[in-house]
Amino acid sequence: MSYFTRTATAVAALLFSAPAIAAWEPTKPVEIVVAAGAGGASDQMARMMQAAIQKNNLMKQPMVVSLKGGASGAEALIYMKSSEGDANKVLIAYSLIYMLPLSAKIPFNWRELTPVSVVAMDQFVLWSNASKPYKNVKDFIEAAKASGTPFKMGGTGSKREDQVLTVFTEKKTGAKFNYLPYKSGGEAATQLVGNHIDANVNNPSENLEVWRAGQVKALCVFDKERINYTNKVTDTQSWKDIPTCKEEGLDVQYLMLRAMFLPGKVTDDQKAFYVDLFKKVTETPEYKDYMEKQALKPVYMTGEAMTKFLGEDDAVNTALMNEAGFVAK
Amino acid sequence: MEALGLLMQGFGVLLTWKILALMMVGLVLGIFVGVLPGLGGPNGVAILLPLTFTMDPTSAIVMLSCIYWGALFGGAITSILFNIPGEAWSVATTFDGYPMAQQGKAAEALTAAFTSSFIGSFAAVLLITFLAPAISSFALKFGPPEFFAVYLLTFCSFVGLGREDKHKTIISMSLGLLLAGIGLDTVSGQLRMTFGSSDMLRGVNFLVAVIGLFGISEILLTMEERLALRGHAAKISLRTVWQVWTDMPRYWVTLLRSSAIGCWLGITPGGAIAASFMGYNLAKRFSKDKESFGKGRIEGVFAPETAAHASGTAALLPMLALGIPGSGTAAILLGGLMVWGLNPGPLLFVEHKDFVWGLIASMYLGNIVGLILVLSTVPVFAAVLRVPFAAIAPMIVVSCAIGAFAIQNAMFDIWLMLVFGVIGYVFKKIGIPLAPLTLALVLGNRAEDAFRLSMIGAEGNLGVFWSNKLVGTITTLAIVLLFWPILDRLIAGISKARRPARA
Repeated sequence: MSYFTRTATAVAALLFSAPAIAAWEPTKPVEIVVAAGAGGASDQMARMMQAAIQKNNLMKQPMVVSLKGGASGAEALIYMKSSEGDANKVLIAYSLIYMLPLSAKIPFNWRELTPVSVVAMDQFVLWSNASKPYKNVKDFIEAAKASGTPFKMGGTGSKREDQVLTVFTEKKTGAKFNYLPYKSGGEAATQLVGNHIDANVNNPSENLEVWRAGQVKALCVFDKERINYTNKVTDTQSWKDIPTCKEEGLDVQYLMLRAMFLPGKVTDDQKAFYVDLFKKVTETPEYKDYMEKQALKPVYMTGEAMTKFLGEDDAVNTALMNEAGFVAK
Repeated sequence: MEALGLLMQGFGVLLTWKILALMMVGLVLGIFVGVLPGLGGPNGVAILLPLTFTMDPTSAIVMLSCIYWGALFGGAITSILFNIPGEAWSVATTFDGYPMAQQGKAAEALTAAFTSSFIGSFAAVLLITFLAPAISSFALKFGPPEFFAVYLLTFCSFVGLGREDKHKTIISMSLGLLLAGIGLDTVSGQLRMTFGSSDMLRGVNFLVAVIGLFGISEILLTMEERLALRGHAAKISLRTVWQVWTDMPRYWVTLLRSSAIGCWLGITPGGAIAASFMGYNLAKRFSKDKESFGKGRIEGVFAPETAAHASGTAALLPMLALGIPGSGTAAILLGGLMVWGLNPGPLLFVEHKDFVWGLIASMYLGNIVGLILVLSTVPVFAAVLRVPFAAIAPMIVVSCAIGAFAIQNAMFDIWLMLVFGVIGYVFKKIGIPLAPLTLALVLGNRAEDAFRLSMIGAEGNLGVFWSNKLVGTITTLAIVLLFWPILDRLIAGISKARRPARA
């Protein structure tokens, strides 16, 4: 499908999906495909949606979470690609959809899927172990520079968002890090608590519990502005108390999309059903709670706005990957 | 003691008719999914998870954990009756369990498996009850070098203590390591050995390989030989159960050793598989009658089952205290916890005491009720062996194929299963052991990742494997076990040389 007709169908879908009851409805259980392992940020979000849909009776058919985190999430992408025309599967996607095809030459392009809606944007925070003496980014970078062996930075996967952030932190500060790719953010969190690594750049949700337990320190958030939640999370700090990295003199920014996609070649009716379903999900108390608790930015986009955003976001990510030298030749 | 008081409170929460009924339902469902090869614990729990969304968290987790116990018990049934391990850690149970069934001692083998599962889980639950806070800080000591040392220990104990020819063990293990390398490499983010096929991208799924290697190859062998499952209708009565139980205290050393190994390895993620193999190998190593292992010795069922279930249960501890699931099923339970707004982590034990102790109490109750339930149904399961082979073989093949397909919803996996079936058949014919291949297939990737992460962190210095007491001890032990046969002979030689000198 060409870019133009795709946009046109998206617009059409938006125009004709206005009535609350869509013409098409799933006839069998809907699979929500997670491109990551159990307990990771995507999995948690999928389970929240599953519960929100079930508790608020948003859909007649049940929703099941299907974990396809094999091959660093490539499994899920290939699975969606090969499910063309099957509207009973919906992918909960993140920046992986741009990065994996570049770094590992996976035969996949998100344009082959049907974008439904962007449901949130996720943050990245620079974390260190609470027992370490450094109080802010400056102290941390100084310590990293002064250290005999480079500091160990843990993260999820190789040549992906976490390592991109590490490379850009190196470029902006001149400090050197050894990047350790773990299988999940949860693993990177416990390894930081156990002092096996010096820092990680986990999403808020991945480090939330160890932060609340006072085992890790939040140094800065990689966004233009602070996270806008003022309720205390730890004894002394709220999400808003974490400075931005730019305030701290580390000018690196990155936000990651959380978006829903259907396989390619589904009908407009089918797409309209899901646009409506996820719109309703974002209005449930479960969703709102989750956004605040896990410090996500509640963003909602669909139709043309989403298509435009995806194009731009893809360009940004591709540029970052190129600059970091992670694009496979 | 505070723990005891809290535990009693937990029991208080559970002892209502509603909860007890939910437990029974959970256990029966669990046994059912455990018996179907390939469906197994993780898939079963995943399918049944949404059932619990409308319940309150305590009822929900009690039901889910009972499904978990049921699946653990159920996994042993197919291993013993059909030589098809339902879960990774049931592989070692097939070594002696299946020969026992062939000799007509299926009921004894099943009773032994269930009882030792019970003992193993019970030991681990005791551990969780009294040592929860201390253990979670122990688990935090494990960085990449420590993880690698544990995997190395498992591999080395296999080569050093195994009964088979060393070179055959190594051939089989190397093939497993090679197969484990297929797919996307976590450390470099590159594809390896996929040859441009998107089916190979996922790598070789362990369960698919196991269903083929053990299940399909067994069917092939049986077809060739006699077209009959060599199990006979076993006499099943309370007496059989009683006999096994009275026989059991003789093996107290094995049971104790396996429980200890299981508890220790369960705390490190992925430990249950390593634990079952290690429990089996050590039991064999310290037995006076090594030759009878693998030919239907009851101790060979006790050892791996106790260790696997001790570690399967202990694996719940890092999940609750740290949020790291130790097994596939534990991972699904983790997802469940989050749905109910309970975030596993260091604060769970502080903020949700009622829930945690309710869960621990349900482990005790679920285990006891489960044991009674499976023992009373042993006759039903053992009766399966009386069905003619011609009728049951197609059913097994079909259920294997469904199992292999269901794991990843991939047709390719059914072909892969058949290929592994042929490999398994050939290996059995030429006497190459299958267990090292399976072990390497499960742990190969993790061992490789742990090794490379250690190297990145230490800038290529191998000294990192002796950099602290914990990792140093495990690494040294691993190397000693690898060369054990040589060392054993040396020690024997020296003491022999000394004795005449003294005389």
